Amino acid sequence: MANITETIQTVPLNHYILLSAIIFSIGVIGVLIRRNAIVVFMSVELMLNAVNLLLTAFSVYKGDASGQVFVFFVMALAAAEVAVGLAIIVMIYRNTHSTDINVLSRLKW
Amino acid sequence: MSTFYFIAFLSIFFSLLVIFAKNPVHSVLYLILTFFTFTIHYVLLNAQFLAVVNFIVYMGAIMVLFLFVMMLLNLNKDAEPGKHYLVKLAGVIAGGCLLVTLVGTLKLTAKSDPVILQNANLGLVKNLGKVLFNEFLLPFEISSVLLLSAMVGAVLLAKKEQRATV
Repeated sequence: MANITETIQTVPLNHYILLSAIIFSIGVIGVLIRRNAIVVFMSVELMLNAVNLLLTAFSVYKGDASGQVFVFFVMALAAAEVAVGLAIIVMIYRNTHSTDINVLSRLKW
Repeated sequence: MSTFYFIAFLSIFFSLLVIFAKNPVHSVLYLILTFFTFTIHYVLLNAQFLAVVNFIVYMGAIMVLFLFVMMLLNLNKDAEPGKHYLVKLAGVIAGGCLLVTLVGTLKLTAKSDPVILQNANLGLVKNLGKVLFNEFLLPFEISSVLLLSAMVGAVLLAKKEQRATV
């Protein structure tokens, strides 16, 4: 295990922040350009994971275990969110026979 | 050191494939690969508990849920007509602006120190369990209530309505 942790020792914290920012932006772009509700949902998952990685990196950087416990709570929340969200998508599909989010434009001004 | 950059490249590559794949089933499979690279990141940070939880919960449970829903809805031919290319361009520009803002803010800060693991058993189950069940006992119990209510809500939402009751 010692040689695995040695490989990380020369990576600056900035590069972790940069990686998380890039993946978070990819998630935002995915939400904006896709019309399939399930793919939009997967982009949200991508954003959640970027934040998880950043929290873990900061937790290791500061030597504080609370960050990793918080990631654990975020994962529990993500599991609950996916269950409810996919149930809503199934219900939408049953009513409109598609998962295209442009069909649901009734709230549009 | 180069391991991190290789895995980071793979994470970005697969997450780009997730949002640009035409077929939603391919998107789910690329998302599984992305989560696998995240697991490797956690192993490199010696956060072993999170690596295992990420592997089991995300790649095992959540992705199977996505694939099951996709199988139930029978979406694999993808009837999605696609947005107008101007809307897509606007979306990409908006996301790019967010990225530029984040990176620009990052550039203003000083050169950062490398991430050094001071305490080798920081991310092990024993250490995290002590923190979780001492300082975070109340949030832990509340999250169990959250999961229970999410389960009840999911069953209630996905169930077919009976029309005879009205």
